[in-house]
Amino acid sequence: MSEIKTGAPLLRVHDIHVYYGAIHAIKGISLEVYENEIVTLIGANGAGKSTTLNTIAGLLRPRQGTVELNGENINGVSASKMVSRGLSLCPEGRRIFQQMTVRENLEMGAYSRPAAEIEGSLEEMFERFPRLKEREKQIGGTLSGGEQQMLAMARALMSRPRLLMLDEPSMGLAPILVEQIFGIISELHASGVTILLVEQNAQMALQVADRAYVMETGVITMQGPAHELLHNDAVQKAYLGS
Amino acid sequence: MVAFLRYLINGISLGSVYAIIALGYSMVYGIAKMLNFAHGDIIMVGAYIVFCVMVYLSMPPFLAVLAAIVVCTLLGIAIERLAYKPLRQSASLAVLITAIGVSYFLQNAAMLIWGSNPKVFSSVFNVGNLRMLNGELVISSEALLTIAANIIIMIGLTQFTSRTKMGKAMRAVSEDKGAAELMGINVNRTISLTFAIGSALAAIAGALLCSTTNPNLVPTTGSMPGIKAFTAAVFGGIGSIPGAFIGGLLLGVIEIMAKAYISTELSDAIVFAVLIIVLLFKPAGLLGKPVREKV
Repeated sequence: MSEIKTGAPLLRVHDIHVYYGAIHAIKGISLEVYENEIVTLIGANGAGKSTTLNTIAGLLRPRQGTVELNGENINGVSASKMVSRGLSLCPEGRRIFQQMTVRENLEMGAYSRPAAEIEGSLEEMFERFPRLKEREKQIGGTLSGGEQQMLAMARALMSRPRLLMLDEPSMGLAPILVEQIFGIISELHASGVTILLVEQNAQMALQVADRAYVMETGVITMQGPAHELLHNDAVQKAYLGS
Repeated sequence: MVAFLRYLINGISLGSVYAIIALGYSMVYGIAKMLNFAHGDIIMVGAYIVFCVMVYLSMPPFLAVLAAIVVCTLLGIAIERLAYKPLRQSASLAVLITAIGVSYFLQNAAMLIWGSNPKVFSSVFNVGNLRMLNGELVISSEALLTIAANIIIMIGLTQFTSRTKMGKAMRAVSEDKGAAELMGINVNRTISLTFAIGSALAAIAGALLCSTTNPNLVPTTGSMPGIKAFTAAVFGGIGSIPGAFIGGLLLGVIEIMAKAYISTELSDAIVFAVLIIVLLFKPAGLLGKPVREKV
């Protein structure tokens, strides 16, 4: 986990402001994600973490500021075109297609890719998530919460993203499953996937991440190497409950 | 016994028309989450196109139906683009009222173009009748064509939505537009395609309806079948393709049986009474899936 990053960032968010009607939800956030790192965005409920991810993914438009992917300005690119630019968001609450089979869910993940390439990626996912292989023909809605999270992550990976964004992957899962999900995140990291992770479970997030940003009501209040923040007094008090 | 069989076949034939219309209602509802009350009037436009091409241009019925499919498909796409798309973020009530407005617009436009006098529709498919049971049971070729068309459309749509990439994308959009968008699916184009398919089916339904039970074509021809097909869609479980199929068939059979054995005047009342009873016990319709969330 090297901390000295060289070259241009893969994702560069510069001073974005996002509004929900009159509400100023994001008040000038800047962050960077470099190739092959896990960066986490932690903070309390309502701090604007998901809003930030949704803005990067093109679901929301910033009123001010820029989002650059690989040096290219992607402001105003619609969410459906983001996937082919190499950006994939695994949304909060998993949002898998409940009435489609596991396999169909994964196929949808690869929607933007040529049909000929899909089979290989499916095999890859089944290898990484053997549980999904067992459930291949099952309807998504019948999976357990943990399995649904795996499916949501695998589906997001099916587009072969350059940057994978995970929004609260541990939400609503039993502790043992949380461990398992974070294990998968570490494995993905080890295999070279670049990840931007939003989490309320700050403890776990800071353990797997390289760098972290702490958000509070629409602004970034702290940033630095994850292991430093993990032992930072203010962070410990506010988010780690010790 | 022969009479019963005849009623049954008439019922299935009428029900097949309802089912084809109901498919359009159901697919549009499933994807756009709106009730397109103008759907019945697209049937009427389709029937008029068939009539005009056959009578004024003296073209064969096959080409007339094809022309109606093309016109209705374009009409459906245009209606969605002009009337419904601008309201995508609005309250569903606003969309519903707009749909009713579009329905009246189409009826009045038809009245302007074709007048309110009925046009006598000649069948698009009359190759004589099939006689069975020593000639006692007569089945019209139109009835057979309608039933066959319904089955083919039903199988075709099921295959389309379960096997093709576009069809699967449609199901994804119908479940969760936001998530579908994150997959890279163009949601607007998918909605457009759904309207196109639904309207093409309405054109076919128009030709079949006027060839079988409704030879006097007027600008309001589509209203009642449209409402009955909507009922059929709800009956079978709106949003479900097999639901529309079963709902349509049952509705047609119940209607014809009620007419034959109970009362012609009360037949519609009986149809709706059955709907109410079914919905009391199965609020999502016969094949509708109750919505449940898993956390």
